[in-house]
Amino acid sequence: MTSGDPVQPQRRVDRAGIVIAALLAVLAAVLVWDARGLQSTAMYGMGPEAMPVVIACGLALLAIGNFIDALRGNLPARESADPVPVVLILVGLALLIAIIGFGGGFILATSALFVTTSAAFGRRAILVDSIIAIVMSTLIYLAFDRLLTLSLPAGPLERLL
Amino acid sequence: MDTFAALAHGMAVAVQPMNLLYALIGVFLGTAVGVLPGIGPALTVALLLPVTYKLDPGGSLIMFAGIYYGGMYGGSTTAILINTPGESASMATALEGNKMAKAGRGGPALATSAIGSFVAGTIATIGLAFLAPWLVDFAVRFGPEDYFALMCVAFVTVSATFGDSPIRGLTSLFIGLTLGLIGIDKLTGQARLAFGVPELLDGVEVTTLAVGLFAVGEALFVASRRHHTEEKLEPVRGSLWMTKEDWKRSWKPWLRGTMFGFPIGALPAGGAEIPTFLSYSTEKRLTKHPEEFGKGAIEGVAGPEAANNASAAGTLVPLLTLGLPTSATAAMMLAGFQQYGLNPGPLLFAERPDLVWGLIASLFIANCMLLVLNLPLVGLWVRLLAIPQPWLYAGILVFATMGTIAAKPSVVELSMLAGFGVLGFLMRRFDFPIAPVVVGLILGPIAESQLRRALAISLGDPIALVQSPISATLLGVALIALLAPFVLKGLGRFKANED
Repeated sequence: MTSGDPVQPQRRVDRAGIVIAALLAVLAAVLVWDARGLQSTAMYGMGPEAMPVVIACGLALLAIGNFIDALRGNLPARESADPVPVVLILVGLALLIAIIGFGGGFILATSALFVTTSAAFGRRAILVDSIIAIVMSTLIYLAFDRLLTLSLPAGPLERLL
Repeated sequence: MDTFAALAHGMAVAVQPMNLLYALIGVFLGTAVGVLPGIGPALTVALLLPVTYKLDPGGSLIMFAGIYYGGMYGGSTTAILINTPGESASMATALEGNKMAKAGRGGPALATSAIGSFVAGTIATIGLAFLAPWLVDFAVRFGPEDYFALMCVAFVTVSATFGDSPIRGLTSLFIGLTLGLIGIDKLTGQARLAFGVPELLDGVEVTTLAVGLFAVGEALFVASRRHHTEEKLEPVRGSLWMTKEDWKRSWKPWLRGTMFGFPIGALPAGGAEIPTFLSYSTEKRLTKHPEEFGKGAIEGVAGPEAANNASAAGTLVPLLTLGLPTSATAAMMLAGFQQYGLNPGPLLFAERPDLVWGLIASLFIANCMLLVLNLPLVGLWVRLLAIPQPWLYAGILVFATMGTIAAKPSVVELSMLAGFGVLGFLMRRFDFPIAPVVVGLILGPIAESQLRRALAISLGDPIALVQSPISATLLGVALIALLAPFVLKGLGRFKANED
């Protein structure tokens, strides 16, 4: 682009913005759908179904506002994003949830999350990180379970302590 | 109530050895966590909530006071030494402070920010102590319709008025309000938006939402753009102490920053960004060394830091007297109160004066402790900053999930945490503000119950909402605050067309 050009900056329809607007509209519809199942028992004033409908109207208006912004390309500029580390961290969270869900205990669950997150941030020393993670989460477990008497989920490793 | 007597009573509570220890632990943990890059004060409080689960309310609130101020100090250290402000309120500090650190004047930058925060925090806490009883006297006359109107003001100012885009701010707010609907309706016992999931009947935990949005969301966001930036830690070289010249150039900005920070923080307007930037631009205008601005002017650190801390104390005014959180950090403090079934407001001042005044007195003590601790321990904080990024974020995520695991070790709750993390990531990516979501979740249900109570009293007549002069005024303010950014934007466009 040459400088001194009085042309408006390139404005393109922002597809992600359209998706956001659509999601807001869907959310508004879900609110109305859910509110229809509620019974208004209040003799005077508002029942439990009034507020969801009000919020749904707000969401619908905002969906329109976001839609217009997206059409005009008014969204702030975004830098490119690397999806791989994001997916890695989400895998770590999924592992954590699964290990807790199947009774694997706190130490194993948080260690799994630690190692995947560390890998997402570019480390490749999985063995070293695993040892660090297990030592750290064992210490956290002892500190919180014994000292502060918070109950953290116990699995095979915790029962050894 | 006599402020001096109440404050003296609070001091007596706060100087009990156990409470002093709690304050010290809070200050230490708050600084240690707040110093970690990417962790702002709100997240510091959220992450450290589990530590206080087993304490009595008094001790835990005192620890909170320490964590709150400690988190603020820690954040400014990070801003100066690595130029990654954990929150927008530290941006002005990072602007000049990081330049000073690069020029080998990191020590004086840290010192002026620590001493300035102390000065501002002390003055603002005195302001809080004197303003609070007065506001409480005023607030006891509030009816439900007035509270509803007040919350409307907070909703609008937090989301629409001061952000970059009112549409995106309001979108964040309404996401928060929607999340606030989830669970059993308190007045009729009917489940809303629970979709048959029993864990959802209790509603969304504020801590789960905040930790998900701030900690998990931030980790995902930083990971996604790791290839863009390389953070560089500036070593603290040279003397830690300020020269006579530094003192001379700092004391006025401290006081001016306090004057900006406290009143704006105390208004239900929310956010420390405005006072810090006002202070920054004022110092830039008044300085005798304009050539240094942008290259590391000490006034540009002293003023905004004081403004930041003063406004943090200011936000405690609406929080304690009206139960109105106007920033994400204040919302987390409110969550801390709620875990003991305490609701800040005029009633709490009357029923548990020891608790409220003990908290206010602890703010003074925490402030003094920070001044003593922060500078000598700066070497330790710098070591924390040097933790390699992979381990840092891995550790943050372990701590973040641990809070949820300790509170509710269920698959649903952890999935919600992960879901909020994804939401936080997307909101950062598409530049939606985060704080309105938290404020919407915590204030939405309260606003709804006040509105319904008001309408029940008036037998369903909506005119009651504007019949009270207080609520009519407040609703008017809310409406102006909502429309102002749109009108101003329109004017701006009109002007641009004329040019």
